[in-house]
Amino acid sequence: MLRFAMRRLLASIPTLLVLITLAFFMMRLAPGGPFDKERSLLPEIEAAINAAYHLDEPLWQQYLRYMGGLLRGDLGPSFQYAGFSVSELIAQGFPVSLAIGLSSMVLALLIGGAAGIWAAMRQNRFGDWSVMTLSMAGISLPSYVIAPLMILLFAVTLHWLPAGGWEQGRYQDMLMPVLALALPQIAYIARLMRGSMIEVLRSNFIRTARAKGLPEHRVILRHALKPAMMPILSFLGPTAAGVITGSVVIEQIFGIPGLGRYFVQAAINRDYTLVLGVVIFYGLLIVLFNFLVDLLYGTLDPRVRAE
Amino acid sequence: MLSPLSRKRIRRGLACLALAMTLPLQAAGPAGNVLRIGNGAEPQTLDPHKTETVDGSRIVRDLCEGLTNVSPTGKTVPGAAERWEISPDGLEYIFFLRPTARWSNGDPVVAEDFVAGLRRAADPKTGSSYAQMLEPLINGPEVVTGKKPPDALGVEAVDDHTLLLRLRGPTPYLLGMLSHTTTFPIHRPSLKKHGDQFARPGNMVCNGAYLLDQWVVQSHVRVKRNRYYWNNAKTSIDTVMFYSTEDVNSELKAYRAGDLDWATGYPVIQTPWIRQNLKGELKTGPYLGISYFGYNVTRPPFKDNVKLRQALSLAIDRDVIVDKVLYTLSIPAYGWVPPGTEGVAPQTPDWATWTQAQRLALARKLYAEAGYSEDNPAEVEIRYNTSENNKRVAVVVAAMWKQWLGVKSTLANEEWKVFLNTRKLKKKTQVFRSAWIGDYNDATTFLDIMHSTHGQNDTGWSNPRYDALLAQAAAETDAVRRRAMLEEAERILLSELPYIPLTFYTSKNLVKPWVRQWQDNILDYHYSRDMRIEGY
Repeated sequence: MLRFAMRRLLASIPTLLVLITLAFFMMRLAPGGPFDKERSLLPEIEAAINAAYHLDEPLWQQYLRYMGGLLRGDLGPSFQYAGFSVSELIAQGFPVSLAIGLSSMVLALLIGGAAGIWAAMRQNRFGDWSVMTLSMAGISLPSYVIAPLMILLFAVTLHWLPAGGWEQGRYQDMLMPVLALALPQIAYIARLMRGSMIEVLRSNFIRTARAKGLPEHRVILRHALKPAMMPILSFLGPTAAGVITGSVVIEQIFGIPGLGRYFVQAAINRDYTLVLGVVIFYGLLIVLFNFLVDLLYGTLDPRVRAE
Repeated sequence: MLSPLSRKRIRRGLACLALAMTLPLQAAGPAGNVLRIGNGAEPQTLDPHKTETVDGSRIVRDLCEGLTNVSPTGKTVPGAAERWEISPDGLEYIFFLRPTARWSNGDPVVAEDFVAGLRRAADPKTGSSYAQMLEPLINGPEVVTGKKPPDALGVEAVDDHTLLLRLRGPTPYLLGMLSHTTTFPIHRPSLKKHGDQFARPGNMVCNGAYLLDQWVVQSHVRVKRNRYYWNNAKTSIDTVMFYSTEDVNSELKAYRAGDLDWATGYPVIQTPWIRQNLKGELKTGPYLGISYFGYNVTRPPFKDNVKLRQALSLAIDRDVIVDKVLYTLSIPAYGWVPPGTEGVAPQTPDWATWTQAQRLALARKLYAEAGYSEDNPAEVEIRYNTSENNKRVAVVVAAMWKQWLGVKSTLANEEWKVFLNTRKLKKKTQVFRSAWIGDYNDATTFLDIMHSTHGQNDTGWSNPRYDALLAQAAAETDAVRRRAMLEEAERILLSELPYIPLTFYTSKNLVKPWVRQWQDNILDYHYSRDMRIEGY
């Protein structure tokens, strides 16, 4: 087990190296630099700034300098936010994205899972159709449509919730973003769950369970649920990594200080170090979550463990 | 089929929901003695000498104070200096600091703090993008470019409360400029202790009406009343929240939901709705800014082709752009320096007062004289940075050129930084979108950027007479003669027309009725300490 884990983690190092290198040089290919602005700088001042950030060195030297810093766990200073380090910005943004992302994943799993099972048990009947229709709508309606509508209803018209913002994670601030983020996931999970549950319910061991005279809820929860979870797990790995590193759209609309906005803003501002920082962080999380999913496979499916 | 019992339950549930909807959890109104501002983009720094955005400076002006302030009506009034004396030749300014002025930790504000602040801002090592502003001071240009050390700058502490500024030439806008963040003082011990982290909560010591309490990046900056501020007794609002609102749609919703007392931005396209539904809350006024299209005069077809440049400018009906595209939130521009700017009277070409038909007749004549016709139309590319508003303006302009002159235009858009680069290189551009907001209330803040050596002059235009007039005006002690020189410079610019004036900016803010003493002014400066929240 430990050896398996070590092997997996070691194998991800070259992947991450390629990722960092590609991101580093692609960022530099884009025209314009971090200090290009409408108000142009005097050449002397520009030179002083470039020297302070080592932007005057040849590119390969900057690359080596960056990689050297990375080995010491130093992601460098942000170019855009003077006086902030990249690690500091990630440390500030990540807990917020994590809180919202995790809550919405849990919500999506509970509601989506339950709806999927419920639909599978009523296959091709009214209940099934209504769940599937709703979930189709959930998938097709993008969050940049849902979120403003929610704000209009709950904040502008009803005054129940604040229109956005983030004050130390008050639940009022979390409700709408979590829901808006969870809706499409609920829809996906419901559809996945229904499909795999229907398949599992047709298998022989379920027939055996029913033949033993077990009540239906025990058949579902005890016997069918575990194998039916498998496709959802493979969906969850990368999705969870994406969701907890923050959604640009949701964070922008609700004014949430998460990590998601940095992906876009840092690129627009040519904040080289911040872009690399979030790319590395995101890459690490994807590796980690895929790894966790593989571990979970083993616990859910004895056949995987045997291999 | 639902049983009667569950129907009853559903009905009861719906009734409860309906009742709940009538009970708002938060009432819309002030949230206490707090001013909540939708402040636009996240400030990149709160360092007074490094801040360069309109949004960041708004916060810094609450935190720190310069020698002068701007009154709610836009006048220059005493700030940290209670009075000043100007030498007859206009080359020496002596400022007498308020003995009661204190830093937010209680230390007295002394003249050396201003000396240190000005030197720091001018030092190229600091990397202040506004350093150039300090060039009127003795040795300013040399210090800013690193040819002389910062202590060569023409600023001197005579004693603790007397500050002397020595200038290269009389600078009539100097007093106004001293309300700009670049000229603010610095608390030397905290800069020394915290280095580039000094402008952070817990570290920052400054001399404004508020002190920095909390900064959550991408969320908000919270400032609280500074009890050491010399005019604290007259300050009314206790806390100011500057929310980072990059998405103007969300900003408008938050404002409508009552979560913001003052929104500094909103989607322009919503203007008609706002005028109808938020009566009296939209504050607009003249603002020191111009939106224009630059011509690249280093390449054909605009190189040495004043007639074509004039023709294209004449063929644009600015009233249509202002009325239909910008919802009258701008003023048609025919000149260069926005109306209301000090230092010059507005210069406009003769045709500014003509009817559009007369303008078109002249446009067609000039177009033909430049050698173009229906069979041989001019082909022009309009390049702009990607934005919905820029696109709408470019489409309308291209349509007018097509309709009235038969010009074939293509539109090209680029992401902001790519666009800046393209514009600077002058290799690809023909007509490019640009805009400029004045840094202080004087004509030179606009005229300077068309100087042949100015980094902002992406048109490539140069005129020795124009450059000479600006240099002469900078050295001129007589206000009348200076004005004449600047006005002549503007007329040269208008006759050679290396750009197309489009519109002058207006400021636009949404302000709730309970925010009192909020006034429009040409700089769009509004200090929180001048305002009051009524009925909290």
